[in-house]
Amino acid sequence: MEAVLAFFNQYGALLAQGTLDTIVMTGLSTLFAYVIGIPLGVLVVVTGPAGLHPKRALNAALGWVLNVGRSIPFIILLVALIPFTRFIVGTSLGVPGAVVPLVVAAAPFVGRMVEQSLAEVDGGLIEAAQSFGASTWHIVYKVFLRESLPSLVRGASITFITLFGYSAMAGTVGAGGLGDIAIRYGYQRYQDDVMIAAVILCVILVQVIQSLGGLIARKMDKR
Amino acid sequence: MIQIEHLSKTYHNPSASGDAHHALHDVSFDIADGEVFGIIGASGAGKSTLVRCVNLLERPSSGRIIIDGVDVTGFTGKSLLELRAGMGMIFQSFSLFQQRTVLQNVTFPLELRHDPKAHREARAFELLELVGLTDKAKSYPAQLSGGQQQRVAIARALANSPKIMLCDEATSALDTRTTASILALLKDINQKLGVTMLVITHALSVADKICDKVAVIDKGRLVEMGATAQVFANPQSNVTKELLDSRIRLATAALSEEPAVLATIEASGEQDLARSGASEEPRGFGAAERKGF
Repeated sequence: MEAVLAFFNQYGALLAQGTLDTIVMTGLSTLFAYVIGIPLGVLVVVTGPAGLHPKRALNAALGWVLNVGRSIPFIILLVALIPFTRFIVGTSLGVPGAVVPLVVAAAPFVGRMVEQSLAEVDGGLIEAAQSFGASTWHIVYKVFLRESLPSLVRGASITFITLFGYSAMAGTVGAGGLGDIAIRYGYQRYQDDVMIAAVILCVILVQVIQSLGGLIARKMDKR
Repeated sequence: MIQIEHLSKTYHNPSASGDAHHALHDVSFDIADGEVFGIIGASGAGKSTLVRCVNLLERPSSGRIIIDGVDVTGFTGKSLLELRAGMGMIFQSFSLFQQRTVLQNVTFPLELRHDPKAHREARAFELLELVGLTDKAKSYPAQLSGGQQQRVAIARALANSPKIMLCDEATSALDTRTTASILALLKDINQKLGVTMLVITHALSVADKICDKVAVIDKGRLVEMGATAQVFANPQSNVTKELLDSRIRLATAALSEEPAVLATIEASGEQDLARSGASEEPRGFGAAERKGF
């Protein structure tokens, strides 16, 4: 018992800061990834072969960008983007330094997730909306986004958890967070207790986010 | 009110060379103001394509569509949206927005016109009263039976006070009893509000109950047209005769209730009679529907 107390006295503040850093880093990245990813996903669906405004070339180009974006390993993206990150946020270090590459890595992923969610919307609803004189813009936000909201929320929790995993790698550019703590203390200093504590916190965090996302989506879904 | 002139619609199959499908071929007819006009024909005859040409959800390949004396065939942009807003449409699968309440479904067409919220909801309650569902305003479509869902869809279609209503197989997913009540409601709306109706159906019983005039189409061609009673009593074309024949066979078979004969009925497409025993089932119905009716 005393050992546990002593451990928390020594590392409690560090782990708390790490948890907070992870949540902020992952949350902000998820948010910005959706700011970019939703328009991308919508554009792919609207310009698709069966979409409201089929545009073959644009659709193919978008698909290509989304695929390439998802195929670059994050650790490489992280390093390759350092000049870009410095340009955007003024530094390539710490939480801001990690958010930029995380957003760049996640946006194409989010684009595909959004595309999937929108594709689940019944075509009959789109036709019904058209029959009442709905414009493309109205159909996008009053039918596509509104009807797929529970699915989008489920996607967001998956995105959050994926970025959570990526954020551990961001430790390599000094971003902080739980993953960073686990690597520095556990792998580099052989302090297994700190590493295990960090990993337990990671597991709890993922469970909470997944359950919360599922709960919100279920409450929302009126089907 | 609606004039269809030499309407044709051809789908070009991009993969095969010159392999075109003629969904509609030189179809012409007039629908008078306040009339209930039925278009009957077997599956794949081109009925759905025809009704979708009227509000330009499908673009005709040639021919003209004249609404209230105005040629609307080339309408695009804002004028197209306004044209569609002036018509209500109901569907076989109801097509209600699942994440919106009944009330929000009915206000949808008004939201598009940026009506103030209080005004939209007052109008929606008026319409829900007309279709007898005021107590379901806060329910979601999944909580309603098929018949109730179609009533909501009818209320939604009337939100913009359209002069024209398009009904695409509106009762094909409903059992006989519910079908009768929906048809009575449509007839009532036609008489009270003077809404001109274009009714698409494969079920002769539907046309028989509410249509003033009918047109029979087969393989994209209009084969016969006239007052409903006259066409049914004295069919001229073979297609109409066949449609009528199958109906008589059906009635006889339903009396004899022989399993073998009943099996033929199921296959013949006149499902509304064959399924007459089915009762309304709140949730299960939508599910059966999604599996591909």
